[in-house]
Amino acid sequence: MTDETGLNLFQQQEANRRRTTWLVIGFVLFFAWLGFGADLIYYLSTRDADPSAYHHAFPWFGLLLTAVGAGIARYGFATGPNKVLWSTGAREVTEPATDKERQLVNVVEEMAIAAGLPRPRIWVVPDADPNAFATGLDQAKSHVAVTQGLLDLCSRDELQAVIAHELGHVQNLDVRLMTTLAALVGAVALMHDGMGRLITSGFRSGSSGGGGSGGGGSRGGKKGGLGQLVIVLLVLWVITWILAPIISQFLAMAVSRKREYLADAMGAQFTRNPMALATALQKIEGAESPTSSIKRGAAHLCIADPLGRRVNLHEGGLSNLLATHPPMAARIARLKGMAYQRLKAEGQFPTA
Amino acid sequence: MGGSLILLIILVVVVLFGVGAYNGLINLKNQTLNAFKQIDVQLKRRHDLIPNLVNAVKGAMDFERQTLEAVIQARNQAVAAGANAGPDAMKQVGAAENQLSAALSRFNVVVEQYPQLKATANVAQLQEELTSTENRIGFSRQAYNDTATQYNTKQQQFPTNLFAGLAKASPAELWEITDEAERAVPQVDLSMKPKA
Repeated sequence: MTDETGLNLFQQQEANRRRTTWLVIGFVLFFAWLGFGADLIYYLSTRDADPSAYHHAFPWFGLLLTAVGAGIARYGFATGPNKVLWSTGAREVTEPATDKERQLVNVVEEMAIAAGLPRPRIWVVPDADPNAFATGLDQAKSHVAVTQGLLDLCSRDELQAVIAHELGHVQNLDVRLMTTLAALVGAVALMHDGMGRLITSGFRSGSSGGGGSGGGGSRGGKKGGLGQLVIVLLVLWVITWILAPIISQFLAMAVSRKREYLADAMGAQFTRNPMALATALQKIEGAESPTSSIKRGAAHLCIADPLGRRVNLHEGGLSNLLATHPPMAARIARLKGMAYQRLKAEGQFPTA
Repeated sequence: MGGSLILLIILVVVVLFGVGAYNGLINLKNQTLNAFKQIDVQLKRRHDLIPNLVNAVKGAMDFERQTLEAVIQARNQAVAAGANAGPDAMKQVGAAENQLSAALSRFNVVVEQYPQLKATANVAQLQEELTSTENRIGFSRQAYNDTATQYNTKQQQFPTNLFAGLAKASPAELWEITDEAERAVPQVDLSMKPKA
């Protein structure tokens, strides 16, 4: 089992590195499409205008937006972990002030030993709802954050299990992909909100230009075809704009569900105590309130969905599309299965 | 001509594979060594912690002098065994550390019997530290065993085993519980969970 997970671990790390690269490339390409698409539409709609009027010949928008996209991607990648921590209002535990914090620091160090990782930096989110997440771009510089609620609610063993789960994410570099995704999703959402107005005004002037050239359609069929092309392009372009945040959300969800099972298994391997994680998840599940400090943008990083959405209760159908986390019941059942296997292997299973 | 080309390609493939297998083995060997050193680090931590713990409870536990002395003695023996540890001393160190573990768990049982002692903030803190240290030792051994098993498996698997001699790879010894008594006795509550 050890050798197998070791091999899978390496593949997981490689896959996560590769996916992060593709995510960044895709992000920049998306910006390029928005920019150059606008250029093409503008170019086509001004091509047949009067010689004295403005002709859009140089792809200014494309170059500008590609540069902006690359800049955001670079900035988001570099500052992702800090942004995620900042958005949750976490504070770092450097000198443990209470017994519980001392326990947390100890537990994190123990689990770092078990996982063979450098000790991550430790943060506490002042929120009464139990939850936890990990962030960071590589194993050497990672962060683990837990809510105050988790500290108060969980026993030492359960806290250990939760931390082990999070270090599982760190070890197979899930954190790299998910943090980058959080930073880029955040950037898309922000941009969409902030620049939406600007685009709609651009869209109006663009469509009026297109309508103008379409109106002079008596000059021949070729012209009409061009006008249709412009409209098709325009529609596509606008749809991309509208869908951008939704697409990025879907991406965040698809990326994180399978990983939770894997991190559960890795956590169980570190602690050799799957039951502790099962009971911890039960406690987290049982807590009523959603984790208000953790917003939509970082939801896929957490051990349990901080928004408490109903889609996470089932598997299949709509949930496969919308949920960021697998159903808690399924995760607990798998962990209990592991605990049963361990007991059987050690011959401690009560033969009743 | 074509035959020699094919031969050359086969040779290149074999060499490339050999390099990969060799480097993989060296990598695992160093990881195993490092994991072993980690155990030492944690044992040192335990040795440094015990005098503090004993001092903190000495006044309150005068009547349990025997238990305390057993802990101190076991600790000193473990330190001595660790000090002159040669390459073959792993068994000795293991035995001394296991004795210390046993002494500590007896000590914990005694502390559990005196709630007013446990309630002292200082003792509670030290107990948490002790729990953590015991866990660290356990987890560093577990990490060592995992890495060593991976290393050993790689050495024995075909075709990596063909390159084991070249990489001077030899099977790493796993850390086992040598004390039969400890193996037999069901776990004493070492975790000292704060009773909620």
